[in-house]
Amino acid sequence: MINAVGRDIPEEVLKATGKEVFKGAYAYDDHEYTKAAPKVHAVCDPKRSKVVESIHEALVKCGIKDGMTLSFHHHFREGDYVVNMVMEEVHKMGIKDITICASSLGKANDPIVPYIEDGTITGIESSGVRGKIGEAISTGRLKKLAIMRSHGGRVRAVESGETHIDIAFIGAPTCDDYGNMRANGGKSDCGVLSYAVVDAEYADKVVAVTDCLVPFPNIPASISMIHVDYVCVVDAIGDPKKIASGAAKPTTDVRKIMMADYCTQFVINTPYFKEGFSYQTGVGGASIASTISLGKIMEERGIHMGLGLGGITTPMCNLLAKGLVNKLVDTQDFDMGAIESIKSNPNHIEISASEYANPFNKGAYVNKLDFVILASLEVDVNFNCNVVVGSDGMITGAQGGHPDTAAGAKCTIVIAPLLQGRIPAICTNVTTVTTPGETVDVVITDYGIAINPRRQDLIECMKDVDLPFCTIEELRDKAYAIVGEPDPVQFDDRVVGVIEARDGTIIDVVRKIKDFEF
Amino acid sequence: MEILKTAMAGTLESSDAQVTVEPGTDGIELTLESSVMHQYGKQIRAVVLETMERLGVENAKVTIFDKGALDCTLKARVECAVYRSNGITENLPWGGVIK
Amino acid sequence: MSHPNKKRLRRSMMFLNCQKPGLIKDPYIYKPDSIMLDLEDAVAENQKDAARYSLYHALQEIDYHGVERVVRINGLDTPHWKEDIRVCVAGGADTIRIAKTESAQDVKTVEEHVLAAEKEFGRPEGSTLLMAALESCKGVLNAYEICRASDRLIGIALSGGDYTKDLQTTITGTGVELMGARQHMIMAARAAGVQCWDTVFTNLDDMEGFEKETQMIKLMGFDGKSLVNPRQIAIVHKIFTPAEKEIIFAEKVVREIDDKKAKGIGVFTVDGKMIDIAFYDGAKRTLAMAKAAGVYKGDL
Repeated sequence: MINAVGRDIPEEVLKATGKEVFKGAYAYDDHEYTKAAPKVHAVCDPKRSKVVESIHEALVKCGIKDGMTLSFHHHFREGDYVVNMVMEEVHKMGIKDITICASSLGKANDPIVPYIEDGTITGIESSGVRGKIGEAISTGRLKKLAIMRSHGGRVRAVESGETHIDIAFIGAPTCDDYGNMRANGGKSDCGVLSYAVVDAEYADKVVAVTDCLVPFPNIPASISMIHVDYVCVVDAIGDPKKIASGAAKPTTDVRKIMMADYCTQFVINTPYFKEGFSYQTGVGGASIASTISLGKIMEERGIHMGLGLGGITTPMCNLLAKGLVNKLVDTQDFDMGAIESIKSNPNHIEISASEYANPFNKGAYVNKLDFVILASLEVDVNFNCNVVVGSDGMITGAQGGHPDTAAGAKCTIVIAPLLQGRIPAICTNVTTVTTPGETVDVVITDYGIAINPRRQDLIECMKDVDLPFCTIEELRDKAYAIVGEPDPVQFDDRVVGVIEARDGTIIDVVRKIKDFEF
Repeated sequence: MEILKTAMAGTLESSDAQVTVEPGTDGIELTLESSVMHQYGKQIRAVVLETMERLGVENAKVTIFDKGALDCTLKARVECAVYRSNGITENLPWGGVIK
Repeated sequence: MSHPNKKRLRRSMMFLNCQKPGLIKDPYIYKPDSIMLDLEDAVAENQKDAARYSLYHALQEIDYHGVERVVRINGLDTPHWKEDIRVCVAGGADTIRIAKTESAQDVKTVEEHVLAAEKEFGRPEGSTLLMAALESCKGVLNAYEICRASDRLIGIALSGGDYTKDLQTTITGTGVELMGARQHMIMAARAAGVQCWDTVFTNLDDMEGFEKETQMIKLMGFDGKSLVNPRQIAIVHKIFTPAEKEIIFAEKVVREIDDKKAKGIGVFTVDGKMIDIAFYDGAKRTLAMAKAAGVYKGDL
């Protein structure tokens, strides 16, 4: 069945998942539903201890069995030990048919691939998959369909009961013996625990995993003891060096600086750039450079950002420290500067992923965004973006908050260099649609800038602005003139993964990779 | 032209291609690995075969590790490898069979 | 009649290694006035042949969007320069930069080979321009005769690294070691009616020093600078962009001279300044520079 972005979703996938096809970014506005609730075991007896000796004991006490869904967060990013540690134990116990529901999975989790192959893990639901796990899915080694969701979409799936978490394992930089978890302090400081909040609230069993047990009460807690069944102390929950890097040096790549300058010029020429505006940006070189150049103009003109949102890096914290941002609202900290800032600056505030981006709560922060600056692997002439499937057809990226912020922001800007080697970023059809074009307003490349024709208002206000505007088709044609028109990636017929839109409908599918044939 | 000895041109850097030609007896035997195989494998093969034909090379083993080179780079690397295999570096037919 | 592009605007002339496909595929997006595709120092001795094939196809197949395509060939003391000239002309390079030029004869030698190549490859005779890099004391001392050696010669460029070695000193960052050469070369170039470019600034971590040096060489009279990185282009263009006041004045000067010339008046005043025909070329240059920088949209 053809969906609203023109993708043909096979009937058998609709049948197998019970999902509907994507009908448009706001089709579920005013949708009525009943929230799910976990099955909870009360802790009334003050003599009962929550502390367990090992992951093994935690699993046993939580009643681990075949077919369960275990959940994890990705705040430790490429330094994460928790997923591997738990899955190794599950594997040792001979448990089969586990579904992992993670807020994201990275290369740090490559060691679980053998458990996919031996049937320990048969399902994966995540907002991002990189490295060998992505390869395992794309080569058809995962038994069930992988489900790829945005950050907001994951919260929606859990809160609406579409996904039921049996046991949540929540890595906590510090924790007391009753389960109050904080992201700050300890050995594996990660700043915030935003993505784990929904897991704590909706999983039947919740295990706090920490390498730094602190005296009770560990407050104010990111995740409260009222949700926590067990506390497990281990040697290390992550590799601090890989959890957060030092602040990235501003890029010296002129191409990125050029795109950043285009972006800043665009932003300040929209009507949304005024006192109290709200803004979110990413971690790429061009995004960071545009934050820095925007900061200069804000300073010159005395304009303040009312809200800075999302994954946070040092340059945003610098703007906060300078008094150019009123509130920095944080779901993830990408570097040490951001982690230090949230500890010390009272206007730098942690929120849950539901508050951030869940399309099915009563309004999320993303809905209040004026601007979001995003990247994309591919953008097609309908402004559809692909941030998940690489040019070799392999799953290798993350929706993250891309579809959420794009849908929420008044002005969604995607920055992408026109060519990545020989691969054109602007093309006729993206390999996989992960963010619908109706929510993407502007594409900025090193060769020119295209405004979505749906946004005649933006086209109008850029009429006299001296930037290299052109149509998206012109950008594609420029790219093809240089590198040639690409052939589509060759796939097998078998569907291995589903790309869910924020609202749980299917926006696209990912097929099994196949060897290239001439 | 004949391939007199094994010769190589190009690098494994991004946007480049490393081309090796060796004497052969059974037409052009092309082995191609590319970082953009799906999108450009067919085009790369066509450019390489055309270039060999222009140079009048009928028999050769050609091995290419492509890192996203444009057609102009592929041609340059193939031509360079072929002329190197013949030890020719001067008085080249620019605009003739090299074009 | 000399070549129409002989005096085109050349504020920024950026070196690019011919052997690096990733570099030469789209440098025009940085909007330099000229790119200098290098067959000389940037290319390893055993890759000189490979660089020529890349150069040929780049010249033939890549649309550089009006950016001047200069090629730096190997010096006349190497075995490479003759084939370099052949490939430049066959490929249709706009200009050849002669490395290590020491005398007028060097320019004439290259010119002969260029002419032969133009005949061989059916290019219009005289279509390939030349520029000379002066890299030694002898070359700098012979600047004037070099500037006058050929009608194709668009100008001379200082190559500070080799020159200071020859002087038996080093690049200090103060500019003191280059003072004499810079003054001498710009005088020679102006006397001969050709352009003059300053040497490269290689410390990319010192953008302030680069900016100061560029400001200085602009005041000295240079037309522009050889560059090693796209980061330097915008700075050069900013410094070589006339101020609004200068543009308005230049526009008035050009209009007044055109007008008064028709009326047979030789000397007059603009904004209280005494003006005659000698101001004409300078004012035209200011407007051309302003136009190139996108700050002048007028019709002069």
